[in-house]
Amino acid sequence: MRRPFGRCILDSGFGAPHDAPMPHDHPDHPHSLLPSDPALRVKALETILVRKGLVDPAAMDEILDTYERKVGPHLGAKVVARAWSDPAFRDRLLADATAAIAELGISGRQGEHVVAVENTPDTHNMVVCTLCSCYPWPLLGIPPAWYKSDAYRARAVREPRKVLAEFGVSLPDGQKVRVWDSTAEVRYLVVPMRPEGSEGLDEAALSDLVSRDSMIGTGLAGASK
Amino acid sequence: MTRVHDMGGRYGDPAVIPEPQGIVPIGPEWHRKALALTLAAGGLGAWSIDTSRHARESLSPKDYARFSYYEKWMAALADLLVEKGLVTKDELAAGTAEPAGAHPKLFRAEAVGPALKRGSPYTRPGAEPAFAPGDRVRTRLPARNADIPGGHTRLPAYAAGQTGTVILSHGAHVLPDANAHGLGERPEPLYTVAFTAADLWGEAEGEGDEVTLDLWQSYLVPA
Repeated sequence: MRRPFGRCILDSGFGAPHDAPMPHDHPDHPHSLLPSDPALRVKALETILVRKGLVDPAAMDEILDTYERKVGPHLGAKVVARAWSDPAFRDRLLADATAAIAELGISGRQGEHVVAVENTPDTHNMVVCTLCSCYPWPLLGIPPAWYKSDAYRARAVREPRKVLAEFGVSLPDGQKVRVWDSTAEVRYLVVPMRPEGSEGLDEAALSDLVSRDSMIGTGLAGASK
Repeated sequence: MTRVHDMGGRYGDPAVIPEPQGIVPIGPEWHRKALALTLAAGGLGAWSIDTSRHARESLSPKDYARFSYYEKWMAALADLLVEKGLVTKDELAAGTAEPAGAHPKLFRAEAVGPALKRGSPYTRPGAEPAFAPGDRVRTRLPARNADIPGGHTRLPAYAAGQTGTVILSHGAHVLPDANAHGLGERPEPLYTVAFTAADLWGEAEGEGDEVTLDLWQSYLVPA
């Protein structure tokens, strides 16, 4: 064994020497047997899993192709643009978003149970997952790093307006903030307010006004895309 | 007691740094591999999403705090693979393994598209909800797994012992507190409950501000 447990015992508890040259803290955790460099760690796991017939390398390519090229916020933007253009679709979206997005061919992993929440002059909605990084993948793709950051997870619930200011968003007086902490398998899509001056636009042009952040609630539609 | 992942409302974190809009670049090659390996190995069906979240939360607080996002994924994946008997500690230490044939549940490339498109719904047949939108409810105090000391739960500490109003009723969903520990799915009615920011934090940042959480019935009592 390349890294005997004994070396790590010293560093296993609070108050133990923190700077000891040990890659990981917990001697009970098998992951500490892997190399400490993350790239080498991943390489080792990949080698093991592929050699043992537990992972198909072509499946890895397929997964990456899905989330690097096919699934992303352009899909959520299509839903929002449709809701802005078609009042009957908007009503169906707010009543049962999972069924409504399926009309547009959108469904899947981390979007099995979707709820759409609409911004109004009275209420601005904003989504977070304080416990991990739950996010509506089929509508928005992979979450941005900030969404997964400790800073967003810790602060969005207590000081949403300060966080919004960091995104350049300031809300008018009288508009309350409702922060949705995604603690279950329900995934939230924010339907931003339709920007003024967009009356004559068709769905394709409208969807260009819908940024990823506006569907998480840290941006406004039409602001920056 | 809480775990380090339960950070909602914590003080002291820095500013949030926005990123460009559009599809998010996954990052350096090892991030791409970490994401793909985690989903591909998850496709074996050897563990649930609840088990996998619990594995990430069970990293030591120091590892959790200093590991980047995909390092947490990798660590949890390695731990789960050993726990489920799919990989041995010796193989992890060696960084390689003897070649073997395809596992009977290997997640093959041709299955990826349909599986990602299908997802795994978490609704189940179950009891009728005891609460309805408009009902006032109080959450469990302290936030904890009622069956397993230190076990997985989805009630954050900041919302424990608080009184709020049911605003949505989602039907019965798999209970993570049980499913994460192999105790069965034990579906329970799931609700979205709204709390005033003033109640949660002592004072609201803005008048009328609220926080909602998705909470299972056993987390709640009538208020």
